[in-house]
Amino acid sequence: MEGAVFRPLRVSCNGMSKQTAALLEARGVAKHYGPVAALRAADLSVAPGEIHALLGANGAGKSTLVKCLSGVIRPDTGTISFGGRAVRARSPMHAARLGLAPVFQDPALVPDLSVTQNLRLTGMPLGRVRAELAAMELSVNFNEQVGDLALPVLRMLDLARALARDPQLLILDEITAALPSDLAERVFAVMRERREKGRSVLFITHRLAEVIAICDRATILRDGRDVGTMVPREGGEARIVEIMLGPEAARAEARAAELSEDDVAVAPDARERPDAVAADAVLELDGLRAGNVQELSLRIAAGEVVGVAALEGQGQDELFEVLAGERKPESGEVRLRGKPFRARHPYDAIRKGVVLVPPDRLLALLPQRSVRENVAAPHYSTPLRWGPINMRDEGRRVRHAVDALQIDMRAARQVRRLSGGNQQKVTIARWLASGFTTLLCNDPTRGVDVGTKRQVYTLLRELAADGAAILFFSSELAEFPLVCDRVLTVYGGRVTAELPGPAADEASLLQAMHGLDLEEAVA
Amino acid sequence: MTAAPEALARPGRLRAAQQFLADNPVIVLVGVLAVLFIVTDIVNRRDIGEPFITWNQLSTTLLVAAPLGMIAAGQTLVMLTGGIDLSVALTATAAAFATSWQGGNGEVQGVAAGLAVGLGIGLVNGIGVGIFRVNPLIMTLGTSSVTFGLLSIYAGKPFEKIVPEIVSTLGSDRFFDYLPANLLLWVAVAAILILGLRYTGYGRMLYAVGDNPVAARLAGVRLWQVRVVVYALCGVFSALGGLLLVGFTANPDLGLATPYLLQSVAAVVIGGTSIFGGWGGYSGTIVGVLILTVLGSLLTLLDAEEWQRQVIYGSIIIVLTAIYARVSGTD
Repeated sequence: MEGAVFRPLRVSCNGMSKQTAALLEARGVAKHYGPVAALRAADLSVAPGEIHALLGANGAGKSTLVKCLSGVIRPDTGTISFGGRAVRARSPMHAARLGLAPVFQDPALVPDLSVTQNLRLTGMPLGRVRAELAAMELSVNFNEQVGDLALPVLRMLDLARALARDPQLLILDEITAALPSDLAERVFAVMRERREKGRSVLFITHRLAEVIAICDRATILRDGRDVGTMVPREGGEARIVEIMLGPEAARAEARAAELSEDDVAVAPDARERPDAVAADAVLELDGLRAGNVQELSLRIAAGEVVGVAALEGQGQDELFEVLAGERKPESGEVRLRGKPFRARHPYDAIRKGVVLVPPDRLLALLPQRSVRENVAAPHYSTPLRWGPINMRDEGRRVRHAVDALQIDMRAARQVRRLSGGNQQKVTIARWLASGFTTLLCNDPTRGVDVGTKRQVYTLLRELAADGAAILFFSSELAEFPLVCDRVLTVYGGRVTAELPGPAADEASLLQAMHGLDLEEAVA
Repeated sequence: MTAAPEALARPGRLRAAQQFLADNPVIVLVGVLAVLFIVTDIVNRRDIGEPFITWNQLSTTLLVAAPLGMIAAGQTLVMLTGGIDLSVALTATAAAFATSWQGGNGEVQGVAAGLAVGLGIGLVNGIGVGIFRVNPLIMTLGTSSVTFGLLSIYAGKPFEKIVPEIVSTLGSDRFFDYLPANLLLWVAVAAILILGLRYTGYGRMLYAVGDNPVAARLAGVRLWQVRVVVYALCGVFSALGGLLLVGFTANPDLGLATPYLLQSVAAVVIGGTSIFGGWGGYSGTIVGVLILTVLGSLLTLLDAEEWQRQVIYGSIIIVLTAIYARVSGTD
């Protein structure tokens, strides 16, 4: 792996001295899942009476680090000391006894039990939880089933449960992401109270404004390493984004060079016809609402790759689900070639030429079947084609797709024996074989090697040049300028900015993805 | 970046041989079948003083195996989709009753009645599993119970049981002394299934749905369609098995096909079809059926009692499932 020898620059943003003994001190914490490094080597130090932010882009390792701290998973290497003593939390229960109380993204409550029963499960004194809720001016009916409570209420309940232990360190993993602003305010009030009591809070969020407003210090993770600890108030949002990006110019260049090298067809001709294609929009969305998607409008023309850049949970998944026929929109209009588009099943979408490459290839593959069967599968979805197969015809279609993607056919008998990159190619190849007009790529290069990534970029550009309309999401921001004609950033379920592909560098994207005003940030 | 070699390329000839056999369990199974034949032959010579491996015994083995071959054919298809059909035995019995009830009104009508009953029960199963998403175990156990209830009313009433001529010919006659008539049907069904699973769109969809229903759905497959059809097919194959049975015994009774439920599942599992679906085929099941049949003969020779047979069949299923899980399990 190319990052193995690269020692990140330690950004020291201020003269802050760490005289006070830290409450929590993590050193070189690493966690691998097979060959994938979720966390390479992270240091984190939280002082007593401090609100400390943990920041980083998707996949930077924030959640993994928190899970290591709170005993949910065991780190491979690294030391963690708490209150001056080396500890290794064996389980969440153990961590709680040590004085660490995490509140995770998904409320850890059993939906079929009442609130009271849930609290008894963890042996929590009801009175104290009730008192914490009262302190936040919330009333929850303890006899109600947890499944009947709204998600924000569950979050607050989870928070109250954690507070009832009066932990030394409260860990809040994106608690504000699903909260309306009034409840978020109450969470901030709680955090400030903790600080006054001399307790600490570790706060994970994507909302930089919150960090500036209430956090004393922030540690920033990138690619599984900590790349800087800073005082947010002094640096401001722009500084945080800068650290998230790393030594910007050098890094962006290196990344771009690595990804594009010689053989990516950047298709400059396709980009230099801004208005020529505007006339024939293939896919149009008007005020779409579905789950996290709020009033989203966009249009994709034939021959165009439109990128969607967003942080986790901003509605991009629902957007893809609606278009692929996996989810019903709540309101709004979707038009395909000017006609209303409604897909109640993936079959409907595929028949109309709208096809999906899902983010997780395990969702798209038949692991025990051959490459050929996988690639040819969509062709036989309709009962009209359940009869005898024209093997020669099928062979030709499959070969065409396999050649276009250069799939390694040495272990083609069962797709599960292929490498990750080859598996990913199979998920794309099936649509080449069956034909489409609109390709929905939801993170098509997740977890594949650089060589495969390059092939995917080239392929997407070629498909667009042949007249396909492509919607492209990626969790790797460096990909957008390489692949896209235009990039839309989505925040809170709405499009917040539109950038021309070549101008969509990581800095601009990150600004807009965090809901910051692009013009303001640049100025 | 090392260019990741495919996981297959693990060194060692032993490993390669193991992989080959895991991919082609039929080869191992034919070996097991041969060993069983030889053991039975030895026991037969010892106890009766005659060889077991004779044309006559081979012919009888096939004649006895064919009904199970039919019922296990339907079971194979259903299990390839990751489901199971526990109603096969009573479907076969019901078809046998229907045939002998309508047998007096003409051969065609008799056969049609039997097959229609099978198709009907299969469709009910398919609609329950495919459209109403009832768990296949529960659904087919339910229809099995309903069928048994209705049949037992019916079996209590006296009526003239006429097994159509063609059914008894097919079920018990032999051509040229040694060629069982039902073998012709079995060979035809086997050819259709083996080729159909490989070379028809529906075959591909059976594997796809069994291997990964989520992926099949994303590829545009409407799962309910595949499931309704597969349970209906299973019903028809079970009915065919029931016809062969009643053609053989010439007298339908409520317990006609009872032993065939467990045996059909056993034959499919022995044949290497994954209980979780998506892997396997009918050729393995055929060998599985023959193994069970020869094993049955051997147990008869050894004077095994019914409870001993049950223990042995049950143990085989459990042990083999465990072995297959180890051999073909995720790397």
